[in-house]
Amino acid sequence: MNAKPDIAGVYDVQRVWRDFPILARQVHGKPLVFLDSAASSQRPESVIAAVDEYERMHHANVHRGVHQLSQEATALFERARERVRDFVNAASSRGVIFTRGTTESINLVAQAYARPRLQRGDEILLTGLEHHANIVPWQLVAGQTGAIVKAVPIDRRGVIDVADVASHMNERTRIVACAQVSNALGTVLPVREITRLAHARGAVVLIDGAQAVPHQRVDLKALDCDFYAFSAHKMYGPTGIGALIGRESLLEAMPPWQGGGDMILTVSFEKTTFNELPFKFEAGTPNISGAVGMAAAIDYIDSLGIDNIHAHEQRLLAIATRKLEAVPGLTIIGTAPDKAAVISFTIDGIHPHDLGTILDSEGVAVRTGHHCAMPVMEFFNVPATARASFACYSRESDIDALVTALARAREVFT
Amino acid sequence: MDLKDLYRDVILDHNKSPRLFGRLDPADSSADGHNPLCGDRLHVTVKLEGDRVSDLRFDGKGCAISVASASLMCEAVKGKRRAEIAHLFNEIHDVLTHHDAPVPDDLGKLAALSGVREFPVRVKCASLCWHTLNAALDRSSEPVQTE
Repeated sequence: MNAKPDIAGVYDVQRVWRDFPILARQVHGKPLVFLDSAASSQRPESVIAAVDEYERMHHANVHRGVHQLSQEATALFERARERVRDFVNAASSRGVIFTRGTTESINLVAQAYARPRLQRGDEILLTGLEHHANIVPWQLVAGQTGAIVKAVPIDRRGVIDVADVASHMNERTRIVACAQVSNALGTVLPVREITRLAHARGAVVLIDGAQAVPHQRVDLKALDCDFYAFSAHKMYGPTGIGALIGRESLLEAMPPWQGGGDMILTVSFEKTTFNELPFKFEAGTPNISGAVGMAAAIDYIDSLGIDNIHAHEQRLLAIATRKLEAVPGLTIIGTAPDKAAVISFTIDGIHPHDLGTILDSEGVAVRTGHHCAMPVMEFFNVPATARASFACYSRESDIDALVTALARAREVFT
Repeated sequence: MDLKDLYRDVILDHNKSPRLFGRLDPADSSADGHNPLCGDRLHVTVKLEGDRVSDLRFDGKGCAISVASASLMCEAVKGKRRAEIAHLFNEIHDVLTHHDAPVPDDLGKLAALSGVREFPVRVKCASLCWHTLNAALDRSSEPVQTE
């Protein structure tokens, strides 16, 4: 059974931790301390079991056969779509498109929405916090259309100021694309205000929600953005599956971006008519088991309660910030007042990659490098940082293990 | 895996106080090396006398393994002929990439890098400087990458 917070509302992290079989393993003879969930989170038993049951009992192609298995697979796949819709409170499941993940979702919008519409000199506005997945697709489409990519700079805390966003918009701004939560620093961006500003100027808004959905409640009806992208593997689901949630009127007007089976109604060598939403954007046999796993991950999050997860992680963030600030020579990069449970840091005299290797030898997994956010690293004038990120299963003892391993790193380097 | 095998005293010393650090100006050749995954950047300048590297310097930023490897390399190749340098490169390459390769006696202090092979993801850190030196010797102006 999934762990649930007990009736007193106390979040029993040890029970949650036990739901994730991989966390019990050892690394280099030490108990695993997994602090790299922002790169990819682990999967609970219930997700593993749901995928396993699908493979053993229900697999067939979807939307094709009249036989029993195809109907079961189709029902599971479409149930998953409805779970995704419900999870982010999207308007309708017709606007929920399964993709390989956030990156593919953004590329879909860049190629199928932006490319046919952008004119030379039109502007795409990003922020200085973006992951490469929310930069490069726009640079590609800018190269194809003559549009210009601009970025709102961050301040020394890693914050994006709404007034700065406003001052970077003009009559040529067509698309505003930004993360809801920065993967490199953890900053939570004011996406609702940014969306309002953009809409007031007639621009369309894409939000990269990859780092937001595992940590906080997302309500797309309230947010009102035009496109929202996220991945299952950062929210306890499988890799290779994610979603693009789009405004139906925009999706209807967009051409398909890949051709193949499932996205058509009729094909002759003279003319093809395309399928309706969302299938128009789902060419080929989809990642059915991935969608089943994604739905199971949403069920799991719901069983804990996303607000309980948020509160737990915020508590850990406060403790970890305090304990890491006490480590000699340690500097936290990214000190926004509103942060998700992500801490990027450097240590004087120890390169992040040396740190990563030493922590790994102690069983502590952190991400080291540029976090696919090289503009952020450049802004803070560091080649790389170490990053500890927390999830529903992270424990206070994991923070203590990190601090102990950091002391070990200082021993090696002095 | 033993951390002591990776971070030997020689490595820590050369990381802390890199030898032949800086740039030669004028130089006969130079090259940039970049490891995009780590963000490591090295610049190597060389002076040549005929077939011999009469002097060289490196500078840049990187992890302890890449800085120490560059420092040890500069010491090892200074004054050597191209063929001798190529021979050293082949030896160090074998030591870094083959788990069971014997460590040749003539590697000298470079043998301190042999522990890197127990840490496969760090091999590129140790080899970046050698690729950069080779690029400088080939008079290539293109930045080299180990990714």
